[in-house]
Amino acid sequence: MNTEQPLYLQQEPAVRERFARIREREVILEVKHLGKTYDSAQGPVHALKDINFRIHRRELICVIGPSGCGKSTLIRMLAGLDNHSAGEILLDGKSVDGPGSDRGMVFQGYTLFPWLTVKQNVMFGPRMQGQGKTQAEREALQWLELVGLEKFADAYPHQLSGGMKQRVAIARALVNQPRILLMDEPFGALDAQTRAKMQAHLLDIWKNIDLTILFITHDLDEATYLADRILVLKAHPGEVQEFIEVPVPRPRHPGQNLTEAYRATKARLEELIHPPEPPASEEEEIKPHLIRLTRVNDNVE
Amino acid sequence: MAKQRWFSIRRDMTPRARLALGIASFLLPLLLWCIVSYVPFVWHPKVLISDPGAVDYMEPGMLVDKDVFNDEVRNMRQEKLAPPKGSPANPVYLPAPHEVAKAFYTAFTTPPAQSDDPWLHQSLWHSIKIIFWGFLLSSVIGVPLGIICGTYGRLARLVEPFIEFFRYLPAPAFGALMVAILGIYDGPKVAIIVIGTLFQQVLVIANTARKLDFTLLEAAMTLGTTRFKLITHVVVPGILPDLYRDQRILLGWAWTYLIVAELVGTSSGITWFITQQARYQHFDNVYAAIMMIGILGLGFDLLLARLGKRLFPWDQATGKA
Repeated sequence: MNTEQPLYLQQEPAVRERFARIREREVILEVKHLGKTYDSAQGPVHALKDINFRIHRRELICVIGPSGCGKSTLIRMLAGLDNHSAGEILLDGKSVDGPGSDRGMVFQGYTLFPWLTVKQNVMFGPRMQGQGKTQAEREALQWLELVGLEKFADAYPHQLSGGMKQRVAIARALVNQPRILLMDEPFGALDAQTRAKMQAHLLDIWKNIDLTILFITHDLDEATYLADRILVLKAHPGEVQEFIEVPVPRPRHPGQNLTEAYRATKARLEELIHPPEPPASEEEEIKPHLIRLTRVNDNVE
Repeated sequence: MAKQRWFSIRRDMTPRARLALGIASFLLPLLLWCIVSYVPFVWHPKVLISDPGAVDYMEPGMLVDKDVFNDEVRNMRQEKLAPPKGSPANPVYLPAPHEVAKAFYTAFTTPPAQSDDPWLHQSLWHSIKIIFWGFLLSSVIGVPLGIICGTYGRLARLVEPFIEFFRYLPAPAFGALMVAILGIYDGPKVAIIVIGTLFQQVLVIANTARKLDFTLLEAAMTLGTTRFKLITHVVVPGILPDLYRDQRILLGWAWTYLIVAELVGTSSGITWFITQQARYQHFDNVYAAIMMIGILGLGFDLLLARLGKRLFPWDQATGKA
């Protein structure tokens, strides 16, 4: 092993071999010189500038970055919900224009249709595509089984817990068999335990079906645990800082967070997201001035 | 403790407490009415003459002001003549509850004064038909237009400013115009209800449509929904429970325009009955008829509320409404 290199770039032979195989697969999503400019009162603001990357088939990519780096804007442009002001998005080599069922999306908030049962929610995509009812129903039940919610097929979304709602949302996106699944902080609103379960569950799904995932998160552990590669963005303007190949070998399990590869990757992410000498932002200028409002000897620590 | 319970903010109550309070909200005004009617020293500004005594212009059964009665009693006493006798009474326009209750029944059983005039139940049915057609016509235009305005920003901008202006024009002001256009029978009446309801309806429903969570539309688009299907498969089902609630409130507004509408052209329906009875000073019948409108309106609303709970099992808000 080359000791000159930083730790997070050192890959075990098995990991290196795996990345080589991934690179040989066809490119599903290619983003070229992508940019987004807003008009504001202070003139044009570059939310994203000159973003370039490629995602291969069955890769799991995480996108992280400080708040305001435009990661949500990026995924919304990929989904076709926002227009991009420069560059190009190519899905299977074809330019993307507007939303479509070839790019499934799971949102951070709960977006199940409250007036439909769980099964009908999953059937929604196929029905919109003009599939017959029985066919759509059969497929919906199959995908519900995959996320373990076949027992709740006839329940309404308000009867489900947050984790269950997101499972249904995943099934609803997957039933369309999208080329890529876009996930915008899908587990952000869940409690820590449910979130860990959902992460493991997502890896299981991804392992078993032909699925390419782009996953946005602000949780460094989540990114390191899930991703093949992590796209790190920086803010003002939103640009790609680094595209890190995660050296943690697969299959992943929660015990790996003590290994050298994991710790080195996370340390690198920390370094990129929270640079040692941060520029004075508004947040940091807030300095609370504390005065003592309890009796002198009434100490809690 | 009791004070805390009465002023606890937005706390859920037991079903029994809800029912008891609901009944009390009707019993309290009724109690007030009873006190004013049956307790002789409360109000009662008139005297009902039972024996005129020596006062030449008084007759038994006549209502006179208390001051006049007291003056006459004093006059007669001074002149050593028989003073008039009478009991305290309320003016003719405030009948007692039992009289109105009786009128509730007799109003339906009394044949109309002229043989070709409608019975009360026919008048009521006529009023219900006017409301029905007015509200239906208004909804046929107003609901789709409202949904379209609530979904497409540009169309809303094109339509809503004019409607905002028009809704301030009082519907009764169009009475004469509608008679000129639509004749003197039911046409102008339905038109008044439409004018009174439609413009509010468009704005209220547009607002409801705008409140639909936009991410639901986005989610539908990422599932391959076309723009046209978004309206029918996401917007309409998404706002349906709220739309239904809006329609219930708007139906109440339609009822409030009924009286004005029925005065336009030839007087008809329950309004015709009320004006007839008021002319003969049968105020017990007038109160009974006014209450019938209230009972019909509230009855319809309760019925629709019940129905709404069955129609929209996913909607949690109706459970609390």
